[in-house]
This record gives sequence, structure tokens and C-alpha cells, in this order.
Amino acid sequence: MNNPQLNKDGELQHLLTTEGLPARILRDLLDKATDFVNLAEGSEIKKVPLLHGKSVFNIFFENSTRTRTTFEIAAKRLSADVVNLNIGSSSTSKGETLLDTVDNLCAMHADMFIVRHSTSGAAHLIARHVAPEVHVINAGDGRHAHPTQALLDMFTIRHYKKEFHNLRVAIVGDVLHSRVARSQIHALTTLGVPEVRVVAPKTLLPTQVEKLGVQVYYDMAQGLKDVDVVMMLRLQNERMQGALLPSAQEYFKYYGLTQERLALAKEDAIVMHPGPMNRGVEIDSSVADGAHSVILPQVTFGIAVRMAVMSTLAGAK
Amino acid sequence: MNIHIKNGRLIDPKNKIDAQQDVFIADRRIVGIGTAPTGFVAEQVIDASGLIVMPGLVDVAARLREPGYEYRATLESEMNAAVAGGVTSLCCPPDTDPPLDEPGLVEMLKHRARSLNQARVFPLGALTYGLKGTELTEMAELTEAGCKAFGQANAPLTDTRVLMRAMQYAATFGYRVWLRPQDSFLAQDGVAHDGEVATRLGLPGIPVVAETTALATMLQLAQETGVTLHICRISSAAGVELVRAAKRAGLNVTCDVSMNHVHLTEMDIGYFDANCHLVPPLRSLRDRAALRAGLLDGTIDTICSNHSPVDEDAKQLPFAEAEAGATGLELLLPLVLKWVEQDKVPLLDALARITINPAQLLGVKMGHLSLGAHADICVFDPKASWKMEPAALRSQGKNTPFNGFEMVGRVRYTLLDGQLVFQQ
Repeated sequence: MNNPQLNKDGELQHLLTTEGLPARILRDLLDKATDFVNLAEGSEIKKVPLLHGKSVFNIFFENSTRTRTTFEIAAKRLSADVVNLNIGSSSTSKGETLLDTVDNLCAMHADMFIVRHSTSGAAHLIARHVAPEVHVINAGDGRHAHPTQALLDMFTIRHYKKEFHNLRVAIVGDVLHSRVARSQIHALTTLGVPEVRVVAPKTLLPTQVEKLGVQVYYDMAQGLKDVDVVMMLRLQNERMQGALLPSAQEYFKYYGLTQERLALAKEDAIVMHPGPMNRGVEIDSSVADGAHSVILPQVTFGIAVRMAVMSTLAGAK
Repeated sequence: MNIHIKNGRLIDPKNKIDAQQDVFIADRRIVGIGTAPTGFVAEQVIDASGLIVMPGLVDVAARLREPGYEYRATLESEMNAAVAGGVTSLCCPPDTDPPLDEPGLVEMLKHRARSLNQARVFPLGALTYGLKGTELTEMAELTEAGCKAFGQANAPLTDTRVLMRAMQYAATFGYRVWLRPQDSFLAQDGVAHDGEVATRLGLPGIPVVAETTALATMLQLAQETGVTLHICRISSAAGVELVRAAKRAGLNVTCDVSMNHVHLTEMDIGYFDANCHLVPPLRSLRDRAALRAGLLDGTIDTICSNHSPVDEDAKQLPFAEAEAGATGLELLLPLVLKWVEQDKVPLLDALARITINPAQLLGVKMGHLSLGAHADICVFDPKASWKMEPAALRSQGKNTPFNGFEMVGRVRYTLLDGQLVFQQ
């Protein structure tokens, strides 16, 4: 089976998932992002002309503010022309199919699509469909993948921890519904993290999650013991309805990240969260705003990482 | 017309014949095997040298999409596909639009099918009105109109009291009840086997227990009511084990599997291949091995195509949104032959699963070549190899997970009721 993300020369053609990408490609993206971070900090002028004359279409079939905005900023810093489309409120509600929408945008000479969709596999479908010179970046598809979030998480970990091969990482929360968790797991294992844990009640873990290369913990205290990195996941309020959890209060009591629980991790552990946070549901405010939290730097790095992804794709032949 | 099929290798599972024997046909019936009846003069001779002559295939699950879904397929296109695949008898599920819950609809379908003179169509009647799972249909009237059994297709029947009464009523008249076991709560929103691949791709899963809990209920109700129960499209190892135990305990139950599940697993979904979006979902390698073992030891009685033509647009969607189903009538024989080759199954045993076994559980007289039987015959070349190209299919449904597969075995002649209805 051909990897749909790579061209015949093994270069990155689309970024759809962190699964199946060689560590070399992930490392190159992180290195490139480092250059963009240095560039942003070292000069008055934040713009570079790498995507000058290119049209980037942000097509979001599902609402998002942060991800769409950071992609937009990243594209503009690369001098691309950016068009934002909130499809949720236009074409598909008039009955147009996903691929018809994409065909129309291709006819407007789009060079790159940044896609968010509520159904797993939407970005793969689009990538299979577009002409070879068009690039697709998955900005989140259903429960499947959110590769740029995972990459910015890897960037953040590398920034604070320098290496991957000596880390113990815990991912805590609703892994079942989380595209972020899946992408994080693949990225962490590919980059050589020897111990990746998932911590959640059984109702929030997918079947055979251990096959993804993680260790499963149902107990928060055991799961956080001696970890270097705590990656929290967002808990959607609707999980209370599907008989997955009894209440937000009970969830916080057993799986919320508090100062006491965090104290079980290593002294220099960092705390991450993909946002938006539910304070008092999955994370206590004192932790979110505390000394171990790197949640805001994650957002800053997100722009550099997305610049790295876009410029890498645009450079692929 | 008097037809002489000569020099072929005759395989007739019912009569345990596998030998070089000629077949003689007159007045639409088999009148001679091996030697011609006295005074027989052939008007047409079919040279079957190097070919296998067998009863026409009997497929217990082929959706023809009429009435109601003619944009997906029509009786013409699908009956054409059937005979091109050597299928001379097929059973269509009641999930048409409207569903087959009225005798008039069944009569119309039978009439339309008969006038096309391709394959024989045996409709399954709806067990409940509109397949809604609340009120019983007029099973006796529907049987008079031509229904061979009653089922719910893929529609849920969650009310166990209705299910029990439907079985009791059917058992009163000796009617067969065909059900696909799936608990609709456990399967809710699911689109793939709840296992490794669904976890990796973030696809909502259908767990094996969705099949086994429903199956356990059905088997217990069958035991209680004494109904003749047929389990449709079994998909899991645990499900096979339940049926095996029920048969061993003497329950009047039969079972089928789709050819897709004999060959494919969840792994074939790859990167969201919507052609592998099937009902029931493709399960694990272990499940596939158990299905094959169940076929060999007789737990599973028959292999069906589960032919479900889907139009192209309905597949050009993200996996979960794409419509489930695949075309299959033209692939049933080559895929059974592929199983024969892979698992070294005796050909006679394998072909029983697509001829006499399904005919018996449908309660029809087809599926064998005894003297006096209807001359429904398939003649195929067991050595012809070909590449599966969707565009070459006669079915209007071009979607298949077997796209690009190398197939061995090709139908050369199909006879229905003593008339040549297909040749290539």
C-alpha cells in the first residue's frame, strides 16, 4: 500500500496524519520550525516570501477559531494569499458534495487546502482526488488525526526536554474521541519516546488501544508517576450524555489534573493541553496557569510549525 | 430445444458426481446424464471440453434495487449480471422502497423478473410492516405471492416481544425466518469492526458483541418457538461458535456468510477505502479464519454474494458517510474458487455451498442436476484467469473491494430452464 502522504521521491506531498511518516520527515519539520521561531524572535520583519503568489484555502467544515487563525497567520507570514471558507454555513448545506466543493476551489487555482471535517478520512479523500500539484493539510478529521497539533506538541516537548529517547509521556483523558491523541501517539512513538501512557476510564479508551504502542492506565496516580510530560485532552460536554461518564464532577475528581496529582510526576514535568481548556473539568486552574504549564508557548510554536509544514509541502515537487 | 453438453467435467454436489459426463436436455429438463435417452437428437451441441458443468448457482442475498432504487441498479442490469456470473436462482432481501411487505409488490417483482427470463428471483418478504419492527406482515398472503422466507434485511427489530411473536406466527405455518444478528444499540453509528483498524483510523466501531448478543437472543427465541431460523451474514468467530453450538444442540438453524468476509478483513480498509465499507463490517484475521473453518465443518451452510450495488457518487464520500455495499453477483463463483485454491477445499464440497445447500434452505427445487430437474446450468472454465476491472462488470454497481484482483474461473455458458441465456 502506497503511503498517500508521500510522492514517488519519498517527499511529503500532503500532511494527513503523523502515522506512517518516517522519523526523518518529522525531525526535518521540527528543525524547520525552529528556524521560523528564531526568525520571528530575531527580526522586526516577520514575513518571508516562501509562498509568494500561492493561494491557500482554509476550508473548515467544522468550527474552529484557534486552528484556523494560526494557519491563516502562518500562511500570511509566508506571503501566501489566504482565503477562509466556513463551509459549514454555505455549500454543503445547499447539498453540494465535499468533492464538488473541492473541484470548484481547484478551478479557482488553489495551491493548498487546509481542511477540517467532522468525519474521519475526509482529508484522505480530498488528497486522493486533487491534481498532483495541489497539497492538502489535515487540520483535523473526525476522531482520526490532527497532525499539525501533534507536531507543535512534539516541537514543544523538544524545546523543553531536548531529546525524545529518554522520556516518559502520559496522555490523559478522552482518547476514544480524540484525533489529537491518535496523532500524538504516532508522533511520539515514531520519534523514539520509549514509554507512552494513556490514562482514562475504560469508556473513553478505544478498543485495542495498546496496539498503537501505548501502556494503558486506569488510575491517574499510577499513570502520572514519574512522567516527564503530561498531555491533557479536552473533554467534550456531550460525553456526559452518551452514558460514557456520570458527571463532570466525578470525572474531575478521578481524572482531573490537580497540583497534588501533578506532584507525582517528575519535578521538572511539563503540562500541555491542545485547547480549548475546560478548567475544573480536566484541569485545575492552578495547574493550567502554574509553573509547569507550557500551554501558551504551545500556541506560539503552533504558528512556526504550520509555517514549516506549508513551506515544506510547497517545496515538494 | 434439445441440447447436448458434451466432453465437460460434470460436478453435481447433491448427487455426489464429479466425473467426465455429458448432459442431455429436452423440454427444459435434464433427460440424460452420461448417456443420451433413446431417440435423443440434439438441436444444439455445447462443447464443454476443458470446462466444468455444474448446477446454476443459487445466491441467497442479492439486492436488485427494484422497486425504489432504480438509479443504483435495475432488474435488467442485475439479472444480466447474475447470469454472467452463472447465478440462475437468487433471493432478494425485502429492503426495497417500498419494502416487500405487500403481496402486490411481490407479485409485480416476480412478474417483472419472469418477463426478463434471466435468473429465477425468490423474494424474501418483510417480517414486519415497513420493516419497522412493530407489526407483523401478512405472511401467509406473501407466501402465496411467492415469498420464500421472511426477514428484516438490515433493519433493526429491537422489540424482543415482536420478534418472538413473529417467530411464533411463522412457525405456525412452517415459514422460515431469516435474520441478520446485530444489536442496534451496540452498533449505533458504527461503520467498521471495533478493533485495531477502527482505533487507528478513528472510525466509530461495531463490536463483535453487537453480533453475539443479538444472535444469542435469536437462538433462544428460535428454540422457544420452534421456528426454522436462518442466520444471515455472520461475521465473527464468536458468532460462528454460537451457531455451531446451537446446531450441535439440535436447533433448526442454518447460516450464511458473504464472499467478502471469506476473503477480506478490517486491514483491507487501508487508508479509508470506502469500497470496504460493508454491512456487516469486515472483521479481524482471526474472525476470517473462523468463518472459513465454519464453512468447512458445515456450521455455515452457504456463501452468498451479498450483492448490493451502490452508485458511484454515494461512495465518493468520507468512509463513514459513504454508502455501505459492494457489487458481487459476477464475483461469487471466482471468489469461491479462490477459497477452494487457498484452503485446498474439495471442489465438490465447495460448490455444494453455492448450489444445493442454499436451494435447500430456501426450500426450492433448484441447485442440482438430477434426472428430471430443471436445466439450470453453469458451464465455466476453471483455468481462465482474468483481472477484475469494474468497468467490465454488467452490474450497474461498479464498486467492489476486489478491484484489480486476479481472478481464476470464468463462466462460459449459463442455461436457465434449458435455454441458453448467457455465453462468452
